[in-house]
Amino acid sequence: MSARNRELLGLIPASLLVTAGFAAVFIERGALSQNALSDLSLTYGAIFLGLCVAAHVFLRIALPYADPYLFPLVAVLACFGLVMIYRIDDTLARQQAQWFVVGLLLFAATIVFLRDYRKLEQYRYLIAIGSLVLLCLPRLPLIGAQVNGAYLGIRIPGVMVFQPTEFAKLGIVIFLASYLRDTRQVLVVGARRILGITLPPLKHFGPLLAIWGMAMLLLVVIRDLGSSLMFFGAFLSLLYVATNRFSFVFIGLLLFGVGGWYLGTHVSHVIDRINVWTDPLDVARYSGEGYQIANSLFAQADGGLLGRGFGGAMLESPGGDTILPAAQTDLIYALIVNEVGLVGAVAVLVTYLLFVQRGFKTALLARDSFSTLLAVGLSAVFALQVFVIVGGVTNVIPLTGVTLPFISYGGSSILANFVLLALLLLVSDKARRPVAR
Amino acid sequence: MSVPIVRLFLAIVVLFAILVAWTSRWSIFEADDLRANTLDKRPLFAALQVKRGAIRAADGSVLARSVRVRTRSGRAIYERDYPTGELFGHPVGYANLLQGQLSGLERSRNKELSGTTSELNSILDQLQGKRRAGNTVVTTLDPEAQQIATDALAGQKGAVVAIEPSTGAVKTMVSSPGYDPNIVRDQAALRELNLDDENAPLLDRVTQGAYPPGSTFKVVTAAAALDSGEFTPDSTLDGRSGRVVSGVPLRNDFDENFDSPSLSTALTLSINTAFAQLGEELGKETMGDYMERFGFYRLPPLDYPDEQMIRSGERVDGRLVPVTSPAVDVGRMAIGQDKLLVTPLQMAMVTAAIANGGSLMEPRLTDKIVDPDGRTVDEVEPKEWSRPISEQTASELTQMMGNVVDEGTGTAVQLPGIDVAGKTGTAEKNIEQRINQPWFIAFAPKDDPRIAIAVTVESSVAGFGGTVAAPIARDVLASLLD
Repeated sequence: MSARNRELLGLIPASLLVTAGFAAVFIERGALSQNALSDLSLTYGAIFLGLCVAAHVFLRIALPYADPYLFPLVAVLACFGLVMIYRIDDTLARQQAQWFVVGLLLFAATIVFLRDYRKLEQYRYLIAIGSLVLLCLPRLPLIGAQVNGAYLGIRIPGVMVFQPTEFAKLGIVIFLASYLRDTRQVLVVGARRILGITLPPLKHFGPLLAIWGMAMLLLVVIRDLGSSLMFFGAFLSLLYVATNRFSFVFIGLLLFGVGGWYLGTHVSHVIDRINVWTDPLDVARYSGEGYQIANSLFAQADGGLLGRGFGGAMLESPGGDTILPAAQTDLIYALIVNEVGLVGAVAVLVTYLLFVQRGFKTALLARDSFSTLLAVGLSAVFALQVFVIVGGVTNVIPLTGVTLPFISYGGSSILANFVLLALLLLVSDKARRPVAR
Repeated sequence: MSVPIVRLFLAIVVLFAILVAWTSRWSIFEADDLRANTLDKRPLFAALQVKRGAIRAADGSVLARSVRVRTRSGRAIYERDYPTGELFGHPVGYANLLQGQLSGLERSRNKELSGTTSELNSILDQLQGKRRAGNTVVTTLDPEAQQIATDALAGQKGAVVAIEPSTGAVKTMVSSPGYDPNIVRDQAALRELNLDDENAPLLDRVTQGAYPPGSTFKVVTAAAALDSGEFTPDSTLDGRSGRVVSGVPLRNDFDENFDSPSLSTALTLSINTAFAQLGEELGKETMGDYMERFGFYRLPPLDYPDEQMIRSGERVDGRLVPVTSPAVDVGRMAIGQDKLLVTPLQMAMVTAAIANGGSLMEPRLTDKIVDPDGRTVDEVEPKEWSRPISEQTASELTQMMGNVVDEGTGTAVQLPGIDVAGKTGTAEKNIEQRINQPWFIAFAPKDDPRIAIAVTVESSVAGFGGTVAAPIARDVLASLLD
């Protein structure tokens, strides 16, 4: 069976999921009696299926050899997310669906205009600087938006709160993939062993140190440990894959640990985060900064093994006060555990893991270093983003506000992740294209 | 680069495994602890969405029910409504689930009312599409007698409690002043009631009122005297006013002298000196023993919140002290004075035990539990709690208490065609202002008792048990025996 036919079949589970999901929410809302079930849920399913088929047809023409599983996996995640958001609020779901349409257009545009994605290498410094500027924008007055003490958004009045981290992560990965393609050999060859630890040559150590400094700066500037962890993790992943030197990763982790420790003991808002993290159920902090994580844990306990079903979780008190804050964005994973239980949440994580696996597979198949490093970087940053937010929600690490890719509500997240998907598919198509004899 | 790529992927698999482990930790392994955490308001809010069971009187009339209302945000929740208002305020209590405030039967029967069933049952119900709903509690309370007792106490502070001696079923439980449990919807008004120390409307005087029992306690002394075998109804006692008890002369009412009255006569005429003599001769050990047999010094086994009941006994500075304590003047205690403080429920239990041939049944407010489909899921069976006195002692006491009503201090309780046995009591609270606490305990019919009752009024100027409390007891008895 050809790759594209497999992709088409792969879309069937996604469309079934979206139809069943909407049906479940309708039933929970008692729409059965109003006879709204049959046509409405099917309509949503049909529209979504239509979008997916359209994208599939586009891929069939544009990237016939690309990996057949990446897109259906994204479709499953996206439609699951849409059901979750619809369950929270109809209006949000409608906006989310609109962002999907825009996202798919951007996806198509990326594939059309970046057919030869390797020309991105020519603009790597521009891309790197652009990404850093993007990251710092939320700190500027007037346009910056502070959410929960972190500077993560730029307010675009009437449209959205633009989240630059989502796009910056792509830029940084492109830059690193390109930079490391050039320097990986020198880093390995020029390395010296000092005190049993292999150190990269000083000349090239500088830029790496600069990146470490940047990550630390991010912690201070945007006050977000999660994003900083995500960027630095992607950097170390790429460094490791490019050089196959675990000692470099070790040094990197050590430096990050030292920096993190310093900030975690000297910067007040980081200290607050750490305190909440070590004792999430503290009574004194409950009604303040501890409210989010405490209720995240309560929601997960409420869900148990099988969950309460779509619409079964309690998001608001009878008086209309929020019980689970940011349920559609940061804490959506807690809501997932609450409604579909541990079983459903593990299914979501496995879906992400499968996506990442396909990304790494693409990296293995790629025929040039830049393509390999790009696919590794994109897959790693995607996986780390999932780890940062799910780890935050489950209190593995301090909770920070990044989105759960393709599931959380939010335009920037969807747009950026569709570009990520497009880049992976571009790499994949090139890698799997039969070599002309 | 393929080896590090595979290793990196494995590292990511490990990271995801950590996520699965932590999710399991909160949703499975530590879920019970988290669900029990009081910071989490979900269980409280969830309870608001369950139709709590009703509370009904013995005749089926509704005392408490849940009605569906919409909140500001348009959500449907259940609110508690008490159709009978103030009439059953004390026994039924109130329930404000949002604030976690529960009292009375709403509290002691919360498990049944809220429909807390096993996890398995609730899953089965869910599969059958059943909404969780609480069970109905059918009480033993009689609305008509409750109304009569409430009216009789209107404007006064006091309590009436009536028990069926053979089963322990509480038929009437009135504490005055009462309160309307519907007030629970108005937190400010509820707070105000709580702060009203003058009238203490939230205090259930039946189970929490600590009062000197006065001469009604002579029944307990007589029971100890007869049952210990040291005295008979015909034993002659000291009837001279001014008998020195614990170094202080004790006077009879109106300073009256009696010439060697029998124990029976002493009860009929409520002769203080004779009972002080009994108390002194029986001694602290025996008196304490019999009091404990009747339930003094213990919380009553009533299906009512422990927090809303107190123990009866000798109290110094509010704390219980044993009868054997040197602080106790056993002679004066034997006539219901000294530092003895009892609840009306305790005196009703004493009366019921005598009426039931010496067997004290557990008092209870619940008759049965009925599920939302109307099936009786639990019936509260009558249960003996203790056997304080022998059947013979009970029968002798019955005759003596019959005389009190026929020819003694309790003639005001006489009912046409029905023999009543009883005992008056008048505890002096302020001799100069002549403020008394009148009491009356009784049961009827004398030969086949169906109701035992205790009535007290906190303060009455120049009122006596026979003139103030006995008429109330008579009216309630008449209604319950009708």
